[in-house]
Amino acid sequence: MAQETSPAIAPFPTAPPWVGRVSWAWLGVVPFFAFALMFLILPTGLLVVGGFQDAGGHFTLRNLLDLFQPTILSSYLISIKVSAASAIGGALVGFALAYAAIGGGLPSWVRPTLMTFSGVASNFAGVPLAFAFLATLGRTGLATALLIKLFGFNIYSVGFNLLSFAGLTLTYMYFQIPLMVLIMAPAIDGLRREWREASASLGASTWEYWRYIALPVLWPPLLGATLLLFANAFGAVATAYALTGSSLNIVTIVLYAQIRGDVLHNQNLGYALALGMILITGLSNAAYIWLRGRGERWLR
Amino acid sequence: MKPRRLGSWLLIVFGVLYFFVPLLGTFEFSLRLLRGVYSVAAYRIVLADPRFAATVTYSTVLALATIAVGVLLVLPTAYWIQLRLPRLRPVVEFITLLPLVIPAIVLVFGYLRIYNSSSALPLTGSARTTDLLLMFSYVTLALPYMYRAVDNGLRAIDVRTLTEAAQSLGAGWSTILLRVILPNVRVAVLSGAFLTFAIVIGEFTMASLLDRPAFGPYLQLIGANRAYEPAALSIISFSITWACMGFIQVFGRGASGQVAGAH
Repeated sequence: MAQETSPAIAPFPTAPPWVGRVSWAWLGVVPFFAFALMFLILPTGLLVVGGFQDAGGHFTLRNLLDLFQPTILSSYLISIKVSAASAIGGALVGFALAYAAIGGGLPSWVRPTLMTFSGVASNFAGVPLAFAFLATLGRTGLATALLIKLFGFNIYSVGFNLLSFAGLTLTYMYFQIPLMVLIMAPAIDGLRREWREASASLGASTWEYWRYIALPVLWPPLLGATLLLFANAFGAVATAYALTGSSLNIVTIVLYAQIRGDVLHNQNLGYALALGMILITGLSNAAYIWLRGRGERWLR
Repeated sequence: MKPRRLGSWLLIVFGVLYFFVPLLGTFEFSLRLLRGVYSVAAYRIVLADPRFAATVTYSTVLALATIAVGVLLVLPTAYWIQLRLPRLRPVVEFITLLPLVIPAIVLVFGYLRIYNSSSALPLTGSARTTDLLLMFSYVTLALPYMYRAVDNGLRAIDVRTLTEAAQSLGAGWSTILLRVILPNVRVAVLSGAFLTFAIVIGEFTMASLLDRPAFGPYLQLIGANRAYEPAALSIISFSITWACMGFIQVFGRGASGQVAGAH
């Protein structure tokens, strides 16, 4: 081990580091931790602290209690409703689609095609997605017009409105369904063909196979993925903002308005609003990680 | 199992409709600018708008910078964790998942508080430093995807043997990383890069709240004021996403690259 590298290009002690007595190995991850501290931990931590302070910097629980005023509470509730509806809807449809493509006896080209399209669609979110749904299901949209022309059925005359709970949920499902397909495909792969054959040879019906074998194995990843979709929808801003402006009072839109112009007239209440969001997405992600750990026992 | 296959086909058809009808609707809408005839007038207007070129250029440059800084941050870290500090792996993985837990709007709210113009590090004080802050915000947003991609790539090669071989030939750390490790995980880095590009190019929340002239806020502005041009912009922006994912597929062929970072 006589080779010495030039010190100018070697950021670390040049002898092979695992020979040295004092370990300087931790130096290699300093940039990463510095980055994480500056752009993840400190900014979030400061907001959390701000949520517990009054304007003078003293400790208070006032802001957290103020979150329970009707306008803020209702914005959380609408957000939770839209996120839950789009997560559950996206999870059901996404799982069914993934199962159909993988275990449904379809030609082998269906699966990779579905995965590719899912990769694209799950990334097609934000402002352009809102435009797409306005152009399709808006008052003069293509699907709206076609339904009137072909069936004489006007979805707007039966109470549908794209700029509402139902419309936003339907729009979110455009990226939720493909995300579910991508997350669940590996889990569905883990369902062994032998399990189905063994259960069939013991006389189990399809229903019994699902009830006693497939669902018990799949429920942790299924529920976990649904929670991930929930958090995904809960933090979304751009789609909702471009679709409804500020007419739909969801919590991210309220926070957006608060950051732009302190509409709550209380900076610290704004921090508490952010703290509430972190709590909700944090809890659903923690549950996701826990459930994923449980699911991996069977699906290897 | 005839009925089962029929059910599967019906589901796939439903999925295809859900995926394509909004795109068709948008495309059809984007052609309707002139009354009574289909035309590409909306595209012409959009492409002739100097703000379109300016914002797309801005977002593209920002995306490229994000990719460069992201790779510089993630590759040495993931390499070092694999080689020397495997015990830190859970910690680092946890941190890289945080941007999926903390909503982007909350992060940018935190940045505005900590880096405001009267703080110790006033990044929002001038336009250039705000660009820098926005770039770091995007590195953060892309971190889960970039880290996952690069880490998958590194796990697929024998990092220790490659490192020791390079060292025995006299290579320094930068040579090892740039000329030995990087070429071996090229495919993984590229798929992370294209995913980052797709995320950054149309991002709205952070660019808008930091008040920078990016493509996302421009899209929103046009959407609020025009009727047919937004549809044309949607189609253009969808083509960009499609191109990024297409490149991942082309470059990733044969590699165990995964399209979305979410696992």
